[in-house]
Amino acid sequence: MNLSILSLLAASSLGERLSEAWNGMQAWIAAEWQDFCQTFHVNFIASNRWLSLLKGLGITLQITFFALLLGLAIGLVVASIRSSYDKNQEAMAKRGGFGWGVMKLLNGLCKLYLTVFRGTPVVVQLMIFYFVIFASSRNGTLIAIIAFGVNSGAYVAEIFRSGIASVDAGQFEAGRSLGFSYLQTMLYIIIPQAFKTILPTLCNEFIVLLKETSVAGYVGVMDLTKAGDIIRGRTFSAFMPLIAVALIYLVMVVILTWLVGKLERRLKKSER
Amino acid sequence: MNDNIIQVRDLKKHYGNGKIKALDGIDVDIRRGEVVVVIGPSGSGKSTFLRSLNLMETPTQGVILVDGVDINGKRVNVNLHRQKMGMVFQHFNLFPHMTILKNMIKAPMTLKKMPKAEAEAKALELLRRVGLEERAYDYPSQLSGGQKQRVAIVRALCMDPDVMLFDEPTSALDPEMVGEVLDVMRDLARGGMTMVVVTHEMGFAKEVGTRILFMDGGTILEQNTPAEFFANPQTDRAKEFLSKVL
Ligand SMILES: Nc1ncnc2c1ncn2[C@@H]1O[C@H](COP(=O)(O)OP(=O)(O)OP(=O)(O)O)[C@@H](O)[C@H]1O
Ligand SMILES: [Mg+2]
Repeated sequence: MNLSILSLLAASSLGERLSEAWNGMQAWIAAEWQDFCQTFHVNFIASNRWLSLLKGLGITLQITFFALLLGLAIGLVVASIRSSYDKNQEAMAKRGGFGWGVMKLLNGLCKLYLTVFRGTPVVVQLMIFYFVIFASSRNGTLIAIIAFGVNSGAYVAEIFRSGIASVDAGQFEAGRSLGFSYLQTMLYIIIPQAFKTILPTLCNEFIVLLKETSVAGYVGVMDLTKAGDIIRGRTFSAFMPLIAVALIYLVMVVILTWLVGKLERRLKKSER
Repeated sequence: MNDNIIQVRDLKKHYGNGKIKALDGIDVDIRRGEVVVVIGPSGSGKSTFLRSLNLMETPTQGVILVDGVDINGKRVNVNLHRQKMGMVFQHFNLFPHMTILKNMIKAPMTLKKMPKAEAEAKALELLRRVGLEERAYDYPSQLSGGQKQRVAIVRALCMDPDVMLFDEPTSALDPEMVGEVLDVMRDLARGGMTMVVVTHEMGFAKEVGTRILFMDGGTILEQNTPAEFFANPQTDRAKEFLSKVL
């Protein structure tokens, strides 16, 4: 009897304490929420700060896109020189002459380019482009495009070259034995097959490039990362702008990765 | 008019600054319509000889005349020469990204500017002859080895070559598929095609060959009609080789 009353009392005081705690928590959540809303407002809404993030995103995408195009163009040229040097080495060395000398020189230059641009940090390259090579220009976005494009070209060239090398040598022989020239064999037979194998790798290079452009702020470019950093400097709250920037990159990368995966599966299927 | 379509004089091909003598002085004439079967042990230079004929290898020394023209001469267009020499490889080397029909019409359309309709009609007729016309729109990966090799042969024929070169065309095939490929080659020989065939199929050599070249160590050690060669090999090397393959 006594025992049950006691336990009832205990229960009621427990319930009271629970509801007390609940109320306290609600108040805390409400305060935190208000706080969150306020910082959110300060960081993104006030002075149209979200707009500068959006603009930064635009610049990031712009740099990535044009650097990619430049990288593809450079990569194609460099890979062509390197591959045709490798393939025609024997025949050309024998014939000798001026053409062979030019080819050797070009191949040497390509090798030098690959070594330098894959052997130094891209931020350093970017700063050298901005402060040394194009010191007279203050068009940071354009210089960033050039720097990232030239850097990416070195990686793309090796991707292309490995793709060409991965095609069975018999394919090249079959093409040539039918009477196709070196260029025709490359164009109709080797490159279409190489492209299929390198497409996923190429897309990954694109994803890497997108993230790498985040150092463009070093040369005063207002890209996505820089925009977030500027907000941090103005509002003195680091958490929200930086997490927002990270989330934007993450969403883009996740979407691109998903697309690459889809593409890869599609290519696998068409191989049968 | 010269009856010899191919004349080879003192052909040498060395690798590694003369350390490896893949070909060490080949002299041979091949007449129009002949089926020359090249046999010999591994590494004797059979492939190198064949590949020299369509300029896939440049000789270290010697002359190859085709229709009386030195094919290694400065004014010879390599690609035009290769159009005249069809080549069939051990591993078929069909283009996997093209349909069978596309594999066949790409070269005549691109190199001979043949209209598409004409090239397709020709390709389909050739496919019909080897019993594969219903596979025209399939991809190479959908065919068996024997079917692939038959396609590779007719792909080369689409360019109307003067000579067909075969480098061990049945060596990569399952035994049950060898016959169907040899049948196609036999028909081709009956049709009067000049053929140079590297093979280990001694039955085919005996039946279809007009001449046997026995190669060893980069030279032609012996050449004779199939009947004579198989009945009375002259050299010890040939006897030894035949005792192993027959
Ligand atoms: N690119 C090359 N570099 C160096 N040596 C080579 C090269 N190609 C061929 N050889 C050598 O030349 C010799 C002849 O080779 P080849 O391929 O003509 O022989 P084969 O008679 O066709 O042999 P198999 O029956 O094995 O095909 C071999 O000793 C080979 O190792
Ligand atoms: Mg061989």
